[in-house]
Amino acid sequence: MKWTRHHVLDTDDWSRDEIETVLDQTRAMIEILQRPIRRAPPLRGRTVILFFAEASTRTRVSFELAAKALSADVTNITASGSSVEKGESLYDTVRTLQALGGDVVVMRHASSGAPYFVAERTDAAVINAGDGWHAHPTQGLLDAYTLRDALGDLDGKRVVIVGDVLHSRVARSDISTLVPLGAQVTLSGPPTLVPVAWRCGQPPRDVTYEPDLDRALEGADAVIALRLQRERQESGLLPSLREYSRVWGLTAERVARMQPRAPVMHPGPMNEGIEIDSAVAHGAQSLIETQVTNGVAVRMALLYLLAGAGTAAPVEERA
Amino acid sequence: MAARIRDAIRANEGIDVPLGAIDITLYRDDLTRIGYAPVVRESEIPFSVDDRVVVLVDDVLFTGRTIRAAMDALVDYGRPRAIRLAVLVDRGHRELPIRADFVGKNVPTAAGDDVRVHLVEVDGRDEVDLVTRVPA
Repeated sequence: MKWTRHHVLDTDDWSRDEIETVLDQTRAMIEILQRPIRRAPPLRGRTVILFFAEASTRTRVSFELAAKALSADVTNITASGSSVEKGESLYDTVRTLQALGGDVVVMRHASSGAPYFVAERTDAAVINAGDGWHAHPTQGLLDAYTLRDALGDLDGKRVVIVGDVLHSRVARSDISTLVPLGAQVTLSGPPTLVPVAWRCGQPPRDVTYEPDLDRALEGADAVIALRLQRERQESGLLPSLREYSRVWGLTAERVARMQPRAPVMHPGPMNEGIEIDSAVAHGAQSLIETQVTNGVAVRMALLYLLAGAGTAAPVEERA
Repeated sequence: MAARIRDAIRANEGIDVPLGAIDITLYRDDLTRIGYAPVVRESEIPFSVDDRVVVLVDDVLFTGRTIRAAMDALVDYGRPRAIRLAVLVDRGHRELPIRADFVGKNVPTAAGDDVRVHLVEVDGRDEVDLVTRVPA
């Protein structure tokens, strides 16, 4: 399949072919990361700008390692300590990014849709590294890769996503990558933290809501626990963290309801003892560290697909 | 082709030579010119190349750019004692100072010709076609 996308903003309109292209390229990138010299040259002379207007360590570092493994030059713009803190508008930041001449802008922003605003106003390829509650496509793709690698094939596999689905860009991106690959997604979590339209009306295709976590996990092929943000309790959506942990926390006993050796995943950072028990997080079925490793490779695959071939007019390929 | 050579060495000399495969896509010098990202395949080198003689095997030697890329890729895996090159067909028209150590057949060609190699393992037949473009 020939790659035609210039940006990675959301995976919700991607075809199965496109998702599989990225996952197949990821496999080749993982091989590079296992070499004695973990670096290949396709992005030599290219600049990747990491623009993180919201706190993030692992995603930013993951993109940085990915860009460097492909020999790109990497530069960072963070909200604190930059002109964003001095009141610069997103529009002016974009003009600056454009003037700096980056080939790829990787951005995280607290406002849903911000990467679209940037993508329309710059020549650079834009990769959404998380925007508000909306989407986190690289997380969705790395979760799809990790699950496909562990389960072989996602067709007909049932994946449980448990936690704060309502505010979770990870849940939305996981659904949009796992469902086209043939997975059935069961959402579980407090009704106050699941979109009303999905709970009472029509959830997306191949997605169901099961409020009882024990029932949701029965015979499931994998589970993804979402991070619970503590401010959800302060805003009255949860009675207490202790109750959340008792009803929705992933314990060894609950994990045992799934298929034998079913993978346990979490996008991080974890609240151990709240949404996931330490014994589960660091247990034999946990793929949480594998997710981090795979994340670098998925981001390499995307950077390569977006920037590896440059923007020159295509010429006929020769052997 | 490399697998066949490996089998022949095993049959004739009784020596098992380790076999690997290298994908050169990320090392191509025309990545910025072709306008899209070609598919990267997984390289598989299940042995250390350090201090060994590594023979690169390719079907057709033409401009030499593929071999340049393969050598760059190979040295990312270690420091071979020597790198040799074996090709089935050398069709000339080199653009880099590269030559093969082992050549099946030298085939004089025009720059616009196509040389197509078919192998039983891949195409069901062993055959080398020289396709000449007839000027319109």
